[in-house]
Amino acid sequence: MKDVEMKMLERAKQLLESGEVARVIGWKKGEFFYDPTPASFETVDELKDFVYDWFCGANLSKYLIQMSKKEGKTAVFLKPCDTYSFNQLVKEHRIKRENVYVIAVECLAKLNIEAIKEKTDGIVKSVDVEDKDVKVVTTNGEYTLYKPEVVLSKCAVCNKTHQAKDEEIILHERPERDVNRFEEVEKLEAMTEDERFAFWKGQLSKCIRCNACRNVCPACSCVKCVFDNPHSGIAAKANDSEFEEQLFHVIRAFHVAGRCTDCGECSRVCPQHIPLHLLNRKFIKDIDGLYGEFQAGETDEGKTPLTSYTEGDIEPKDVFNGEAK
Amino acid sequence: MQEVSTEKKEFVPNIVAFCCNWCSYAGADLAGSSRLSYPANVKIIRVPCSCRVNPTFVLKAFQQGADGVILCGCHPGDCHYVTGNYYTRRRMALLFSFLNYMGIEKERTRVEWVSAAEGARFSAVMNDFVKTVTALGENKRLTDLRVKEGE
Repeated sequence: MKDVEMKMLERAKQLLESGEVARVIGWKKGEFFYDPTPASFETVDELKDFVYDWFCGANLSKYLIQMSKKEGKTAVFLKPCDTYSFNQLVKEHRIKRENVYVIAVECLAKLNIEAIKEKTDGIVKSVDVEDKDVKVVTTNGEYTLYKPEVVLSKCAVCNKTHQAKDEEIILHERPERDVNRFEEVEKLEAMTEDERFAFWKGQLSKCIRCNACRNVCPACSCVKCVFDNPHSGIAAKANDSEFEEQLFHVIRAFHVAGRCTDCGECSRVCPQHIPLHLLNRKFIKDIDGLYGEFQAGETDEGKTPLTSYTEGDIEPKDVFNGEAK
Repeated sequence: MQEVSTEKKEFVPNIVAFCCNWCSYAGADLAGSSRLSYPANVKIIRVPCSCRVNPTFVLKAFQQGADGVILCGCHPGDCHYVTGNYYTRRRMALLFSFLNYMGIEKERTRVEWVSAAEGARFSAVMNDFVKTVTALGENKRLTDLRVKEGE
């Protein structure tokens, strides 16, 4: 990963020095080594904080909504999953494509620090990855973890490839693999209604309505959001009504149905560890099963399943659990 | 003095029916003028087209205490606005499947196509739906998804 980071840094310097771009969007050092933060770099000097490591899970696409409207070009480093969100936002006319220079960067899955902390004892001091082994040093000793067990939930079943790029920095090819991202959804579908209800009630009761999932979601980019109360006097924090408050997750899941690229950011940022991606994946699975395979963000044009129809579509009463009776 | 009845009141469900102006609402009208009965606890909300029904309308109805929600529109192909009900069909198929995924009984939601000439069908559909929902009992699940029971 260090060699890729060097290459990226070098390229970012070049672009800024030559004046080809006005700013570069990437990740910078956070307070701890495991929490790099998305950042915009406008000078070569600022690039000293630039990082790209095993913890750069954040999706940078959404920042481009603002950045692509600024003067000058914006260069951005996008991982495979980020490019789907990017395409989707271009398609929805939220990003000015001509103002963005996309540099596709390799990603061999990103690590989940919460999972690492759970599996180790003491304060994490360093994390190193060697193939499938994650070597963790903590104040209480050294641990070797199996990588697939400590990656982000979105990375565990990822098989995405770059969908948009102007150039690429890929030093290590990721091997093709056979994954089923609907496994967890299928497990839930196999339960009874009561079990499912108990599961979701338990999960959603943990919600503190911090809005992190909404704020990070690239599909949730409306300027005016239904969940905000325009008359509250407190910007973007007070909820609109009891209704929106109580059914927040259902409404949000439907709002992004057919547009969700399954980037998994909602689950990554949830401070309560609610598996929010399972809500969106249900829609993706249903759409795939009922209206044909569709991956949002694969292209930056064309119709989405909910804005199109065919005359022979299945009747709602014949659909349950995504299978035609 | 009035006697206090100790008998348990029979459960009468609250049903919300979204009917499109051109077919189903006229169908309900025909049912009325043909003297065909349908339960009085069906509250009809007239909408210009079934595709006017935003999924949040359905959710809001449930959150406000509806025990069942039914959508009625023109038969596919007969929409007054040509394609409106095709969109409804996709939307509601996904929404209802999703609600079931969250543990809401699938019998509480329904989409039926009723034309302006089908007064008898309107009455039959409503009678059947009310019967189904009455058997299910009160809707307790879709009022507030975020609070654990007993809290």
